[in-house]
Amino acid sequence: MDNLLSITTFLPALAALILAVFLRGEDEAAQRNAKWLAFVATSVTFVISLFILAQFEPSNTDFQMVETREWLLGLQYKMGVDGISVLFVMLTTFLMPLVIAASWDVTKRVKEYMIAFLVLETLMLGVFMSLDLVLFYLFFEAGLIPMFLVIGIWGGANRVYASFKFFLYTFLGSVLMLVAMVAMFAEAQTTDIEALMRHQFDFETFSILGVQIVGGFQTLLFLAFFASFAVKMPMWPVHTWLPDAHVQAPTAGSVVLAAILLKMGGYGFLRFSLPMFPVGADVMTPLILWMSAIAIVYTSLVALVQEDMKKLIAYSSVAHMGYVTMGIFAANQQGIDGAIFQMISHGFISGALFLCVGVIYDRMHTRDIDAYGGLVNRMPAYALIFMLFTMANVGLPGTSGFIGEFLTLLGVFQVNTWVAMIATTGVIFSAAYALWLYRRVVFGDLIKESLKTIQDMSLRERAIFAPLVVMTLLLGVYPAPVLDMIGPSVAALIDQYDIARAAFDAAHQFAAN
Amino acid sequence: MIWADLTIFLPEIILSLFAMAALLGAVYSVKDAATAILTWATAGLFVVTAIWIGASADGTQVAFNGMFIDDAFARFAKVTILGAAACVLVMGQGYLVKRGMTMFEFPILVTLSVVGMMMMVSSGDLIVLYMGLELQSLALYVVAALRRDSAKSTEAGLKYFVLGALSSGLLLYGASLIYGYSGTTLFSGIIQTASEGEMSLGLLFGLVFLIAGLGFKVSAVPFHMWTPDVYEGAPTPVTAFFATAPKVAAIALFARVMHDAFGQAVGDWQQIIAMLSLLSMFLGAVAAIGQTDIKRLMAFSSIAHMGYALMGLAAGTVLGVQAMLIYMAIYVATNVGTFAFILSMERDGRPVTDIASLEMLSNREPGKAWAMLALLFSLAGVPPFLGFFAKFYVLRAAYDGGLAWLAVAGVIASVIGAFYYLRIVFFMFFGQDRDDPAQIARDPILSGFVVASALVMIIGIANLFGIESIAAAAAETLVN
Repeated sequence: MDNLLSITTFLPALAALILAVFLRGEDEAAQRNAKWLAFVATSVTFVISLFILAQFEPSNTDFQMVETREWLLGLQYKMGVDGISVLFVMLTTFLMPLVIAASWDVTKRVKEYMIAFLVLETLMLGVFMSLDLVLFYLFFEAGLIPMFLVIGIWGGANRVYASFKFFLYTFLGSVLMLVAMVAMFAEAQTTDIEALMRHQFDFETFSILGVQIVGGFQTLLFLAFFASFAVKMPMWPVHTWLPDAHVQAPTAGSVVLAAILLKMGGYGFLRFSLPMFPVGADVMTPLILWMSAIAIVYTSLVALVQEDMKKLIAYSSVAHMGYVTMGIFAANQQGIDGAIFQMISHGFISGALFLCVGVIYDRMHTRDIDAYGGLVNRMPAYALIFMLFTMANVGLPGTSGFIGEFLTLLGVFQVNTWVAMIATTGVIFSAAYALWLYRRVVFGDLIKESLKTIQDMSLRERAIFAPLVVMTLLLGVYPAPVLDMIGPSVAALIDQYDIARAAFDAAHQFAAN
Repeated sequence: MIWADLTIFLPEIILSLFAMAALLGAVYSVKDAATAILTWATAGLFVVTAIWIGASADGTQVAFNGMFIDDAFARFAKVTILGAAACVLVMGQGYLVKRGMTMFEFPILVTLSVVGMMMMVSSGDLIVLYMGLELQSLALYVVAALRRDSAKSTEAGLKYFVLGALSSGLLLYGASLIYGYSGTTLFSGIIQTASEGEMSLGLLFGLVFLIAGLGFKVSAVPFHMWTPDVYEGAPTPVTAFFATAPKVAAIALFARVMHDAFGQAVGDWQQIIAMLSLLSMFLGAVAAIGQTDIKRLMAFSSIAHMGYALMGLAAGTVLGVQAMLIYMAIYVATNVGTFAFILSMERDGRPVTDIASLEMLSNREPGKAWAMLALLFSLAGVPPFLGFFAKFYVLRAAYDGGLAWLAVAGVIASVIGAFYYLRIVFFMFFGQDRDDPAQIARDPILSGFVVASALVMIIGIANLFGIESIAAAAAETLVN
């Protein structure tokens, strides 16, 4: 199959189209059909994506399964995967059937809900596969629309504020990236990502309005892309949209947001910022490392005082993304390997944690930590699963959370010891907030009257968690499949980055003399 | 010789003859009863003329010693104008009948203004420019006051007339200065005397006044004051017309004058137009936030959109003109759908324009609400809709023309602007049910336009329906 990637990408959209055109009515049968169609479509997409994984050759660092077609204005429709993107594709297709299954109890406008998620899957897959700047932007930006609607229509009480904040915040970040893309197009005369990776953008230092821009044009481009990815990631201090969006979004929305959408920021850094603007990245690295360290410590402390379970997990996500940015900008094999691993594993763990919150939210309709306590007495299975993912979130050895955190810390230690040291304290903080949350919700006596009749997890819920549990433990004890998959591509990326950095240093030295 | 000139001019002649014949015929026969037939006939004639112009020979033809130019640029603009006018006429028909406003003058006045617009975009001379502009404007002043018994509509017409006359005065004054200092009214003559850096002060003054007058016609800030009041006051079909065809004509004329007459002095007008563009984008974005009336909101939205189109013009390059043409074509396609939606908003048969009345429309009319959603995101310039590509083209042109700062300002304005489009989405999808919601008229024509326009916004991203290369050819002929 020559166009495996396109089929994978557009299959969910096709299912959405079928839903939109052919499914009529709001009765129970129609709702059930919508759910089943969405579930089948996402499952089939996952099965097809397994073929991508099977065909993928890790040792080849070029883009694979490339498809190219002409488009407008010298743009092109070009899709392909390499070691960096293929696992994000798999993560997306793996999680989407679970997300649909977790939405089985939705009763409000089910058809539109399923359409929104199916379209969202297409757009997310497109982001990870597109090899054209503008095509990437198209998918990246269009993803805002379904997410905006998911939060706005199916969200909680304060959903309007959260949805607007989410949309405008991320939109502002992205439009600056758009200008940078236009500039790159004009300079390099191409929007092909492969060609742009080889193109060397000007890094002559110049000054604008008396301000010296070290690294020149590359630094400006880097900053414009940074504006977009840092918001998406989200990095401190532009993370404030995330807790709001998470708290208000329905469970499935939170899962997608935390598990996949946030990864677009990290993926963007690896796909654009490091290979295309190495000098810009080099210039900004100290700032980003410190921002990451602050993010880890600060948001962990903020998480400690949250009263709302989702908000707590949202802040913990920001902290974990701090490890990712730190690892990426350490720019060595361990750092970047660890960052990608951390993103994948965080996809499973944070997704599972939001699902855990969803399980009890569906029963009690509150996310207040104080409203719970002693759940272990009536929900032993739930207590076990929640404990597993709490531990994974803390980064306990044996779970996938440990590998990512450890590798990023290892990577950054070689670059900046102080940052590594401060970031390590984050591990302690994360244990504090996660275990305290667990204690308050699950342990203790079951004294609250409202909890006396609470039911343990249903078969459907257990089935949703099963794959996540397997992946978290499997990658925790045997991370090699992932690392082997990404290793060669990451090594190639680092080679290229180091060469460009050396050239800049030489030029810098020359100018200084 | 004269015959050869007249054949170039034939579409305009036929439309004028049609307008006069229709006027006489209707006056001496059944008057308003003929409105429906007349509207459809006019729209049909527009479509036929558009196809005729679109299919006519390539190349540039000049009539009356260069006073009238028929080139690829003019043809592109004319086809867009005719198409937009035909759509708006057909859309408005049902609305006017329902509200008892059937007047046979409406299609005739629209025809006359379209003739004026076609002259504007083909003008090669200051006198022709002025004649076309006035023919267009006079017809528009009258249709703005189409509802003679409504104070608001009359006010809109009068306001438009007084301010329009003022701007025409400015424009004429500029034209006279240009004539005085260059010794000719022909664009091809002016361009010989107006070269970069060595323009005489008088010519420069003339240029500035000319830009001010044209700025009024495209409703660029700071010459935009009339727009919200006229949009709000005029009957909605008229507003729909104002928002589409005349805008294309005015901005095409703008480009024609700047490139044909002052093409050698880009540096002298680039900064002025960049400033107009910047102010329009920001004022349009900020002022629309507080609006509660959807027609007023669309007025500010159109101001902002003119800002983006002017960004393309400000680039002063072939790419810039191409971007501007593509922007206008997409803008028109989006606005036709949006106004079809606004035309179908009603409550107990009476038109409503209150944005809040759309609350929870998605429960009552899911299909139209989703179509409108696509149109609104397209207007906001969010991918994957066509509006994004419109913005992408002008940004690229601006960056290419050395106006990177304008591109940055433009995208920031587009974020501010996104807010008010999102607000309409908020009312339609996130709100609460209310007691007196707006209904959507069951009019197959309007629904057809809304849905078709929304589909164009999505399907168009495949290849822009091929207008990219046509616009490129058009821009090529204009800019040397």
